[in-house]
Amino acid sequence: MAHIRQTPEQHEVVVIGSGAGGGTVAHVLTRMGIRVTLLEAGPMLNPLADFKEHVWPHEVDHRGAEEGGGVYFGRGEAFGHFNASAVKGGWTLEGEPYTVAKGSDFLWFRSRVVGGRTNHYGRISLRFSDYDFRPYDRDGLGANWPISYEDIAPYYDKVESFIGITGTREGIRSAPDGVFQPPPPPKAHELVIRKASHKLGIPCIAMRRAVITRPLNGRPACHYCGQCGRGCITASNYSSSQVQIFPALETGKLKIIHSAMAREILTDARGRASGVVYVDKQSRTEKRIACRVVVVAASACESARLLLNSRSSLFPNGLANGSGTVGRFLMDTVGLGMAGYVPSLENLPRYNTDGMSGAHLYMPWWRWEDHDRLGFPRGYHIEIGGGYNMPRVGDFHGAARRHGYGLKLKRQVRKEYGAFVRFAGRGEMIPNNLSYCEIDPEVVDRWGIPVLRFHFKWSDYEWKQARHMEKTFADLIESMGGKVIGLTSHFDRHGISVPGTIIHEVGTVRMGDSPKNSVLNGFCQAHEVKNLLVCDGGTFVSNPDKNPTLTINALAWRASDHLAEEMRKGNV
Amino acid sequence: MSDHSPEPEIRQPLTRRQMLERIALALTAGGVAPFEFAWGEQVHGEAREEKERTGAYQPKLFKPHEYRTIQRLAELIIPADEHSGSAVDAGAPEFIDLLCSRNPELADIYTGGLLWLEAQMRQEHGASFLEATEEQQTSLLDRLVDEGDPEKVEGARATRYGASEDYQGFSTYRIHPVSDLAPGVRFFEWMRKMTVDAFYTSPIGIEDMGYQGNKALGQYEVPESIIQEALRRSPFGGA
Repeated sequence: MAHIRQTPEQHEVVVIGSGAGGGTVAHVLTRMGIRVTLLEAGPMLNPLADFKEHVWPHEVDHRGAEEGGGVYFGRGEAFGHFNASAVKGGWTLEGEPYTVAKGSDFLWFRSRVVGGRTNHYGRISLRFSDYDFRPYDRDGLGANWPISYEDIAPYYDKVESFIGITGTREGIRSAPDGVFQPPPPPKAHELVIRKASHKLGIPCIAMRRAVITRPLNGRPACHYCGQCGRGCITASNYSSSQVQIFPALETGKLKIIHSAMAREILTDARGRASGVVYVDKQSRTEKRIACRVVVVAASACESARLLLNSRSSLFPNGLANGSGTVGRFLMDTVGLGMAGYVPSLENLPRYNTDGMSGAHLYMPWWRWEDHDRLGFPRGYHIEIGGGYNMPRVGDFHGAARRHGYGLKLKRQVRKEYGAFVRFAGRGEMIPNNLSYCEIDPEVVDRWGIPVLRFHFKWSDYEWKQARHMEKTFADLIESMGGKVIGLTSHFDRHGISVPGTIIHEVGTVRMGDSPKNSVLNGFCQAHEVKNLLVCDGGTFVSNPDKNPTLTINALAWRASDHLAEEMRKGNV
Repeated sequence: MSDHSPEPEIRQPLTRRQMLERIALALTAGGVAPFEFAWGEQVHGEAREEKERTGAYQPKLFKPHEYRTIQRLAELIIPADEHSGSAVDAGAPEFIDLLCSRNPELADIYTGGLLWLEAQMRQEHGASFLEATEEQQTSLLDRLVDEGDPEKVEGARATRYGASEDYQGFSTYRIHPVSDLAPGVRFFEWMRKMTVDAFYTSPIGIEDMGYQGNKALGQYEVPESIIQEALRRSPFGGA
């Protein structure tokens, strides 16, 4: 019996997720004339209206303490009131829970907005080193990548040239040089820290950050307000929304469907991806779109969740999951922070230390040849902090505790301002069999989609590395004539950051040479489904100490070039 | 750059687009004149508006005698000195009242704490907190700080219980508040943390600290004299 059916619009490439991976894919493909439909689970972003850049705390009645003083009761926003409208999320999302297996700790950070976490992230942009792609060859742990540094280097070049990264050429193996814009000058306390690091034999070099100090592609240079985390209204730092997605809209080739929570990827009888089912959050109805190619870039764990939730007779364990590795090998970065008090920095003449958001210097890993002697197999880099920061709610509670009240308190706060330094280690975790995510069979979110259950364990390797960080930071503080105040991060009972809190979760949809133990090939294409790609941190085989975003950008760019070529040849 | 960051004042309301244009102007001027941010449109705070309209802030939660006690406590926590005004000048009492007026949990901490303070003062001196002499007021507050001192609390725990785990089951050794002042200790901690928050985030507090940022600069520079001074004072000496 014939009945009238509306033919669904045929989309060309559907990209799920608009962060570093999805933004890069949308940018690269639309520039080549390929039509892209971008699904984002959060709302559209309007930087001018949304970002609270430059707002003083006293311009808000609650000063940043939130309505009714919520921050005093642990009900504050993840990165504070003034960052919240760029973050649009946190470690908990109303109506979108996740569960954690008994005995595990894990906190899952999500941003729901066009641009995802790139609207607010720290913009630290470090290339992986040559050795980072061959970890198994070096120490027999984890697995090698299916690609080498030489494969990805041209794409690091393209990304850096396009988004703009500060830095200096140093010739350090653990921190390969790239295409750099001139960095801003180091601050006074950073030069004192550099003296200490040199005394300990640790290199301390210009930070590589996705902030432009020279105009680039119509974006003005940084104006040095130091508030990148609130979102940048001049787009002088990298965000996929402002640097890639909004320009891609101008090509006429990009369509954005926001407030669209992907639920399932559909396949045809031949086992190829044929469309996407999503929940339109505004109408709370299910919609489906048909397409030629699906690119999943929803963030490592969200992408794993979508594949695991896309079951069919051809893919009973979830889409492209014949290997059973979707959701496995979950890694975060090993984090440890320490604060110190340095009397020689007291009462210096004040000056503006905002600069480019965050530190202007950092310390790359320096002992890549010493792992046998160190007793832990992988390295870390050190981020530094200090200076005269904009006073915020909560910054002086410690002073009030230590100095009581009255003129004494007031004098002490004045004296101590700018005399604190902070060090944060960011280290490589080894993937292990006890750290993974899976579908919780009993829980769905408010969109009716089964949620993730997390399992996580640090191993002795991470513990030893964290202890080495602790010792190094104490040595740095003491060699400056300072005193250790204590650890600053939210660390767990193992003395390491709580898993998930460094927000570098990767590895759950990893690439590899063999379909037996990996999901994707080196071009981020599923071994089992040629027209399905994953382009986010899920693809990572290891999680080197370098922050993941730049490598997500480069892998996504490389995958997009390859996809366009395969589409042209008719292979996809 | 000037030595002192001028105190931000309320200016003509600006749209964010106008603000962008002004940033662009400041940047093309080559960083000659750092541009101060003061968001006219953002300065719509209830407390500030009310003060401007009526000349005084009317407490939303606290009774007059409670509010005067909050004011007195704020003034004692951050008094005026030769550098800057007090926490009252910086709006701490308004801040506390506004937040309490929208959060019953916080309001109870304050109303309960204030009544505890009154009762304690009457018991000690037969006077309300406001009627007591400054010496009587500070003598009580000193004890509240002293009893709450993190090192002393830890020390007391260690000597009483830490070394004698075996005895913890005996009622004599049961963990109990360090002293009868404990409720006051907790209240004064709240009062102190919210007062420093209000003071140091205010224009007066920012000026007192000498924070120079939140400006649009065409170029970022670090004064060479400050670098030299920082290195000279450090254990590494010289440059």
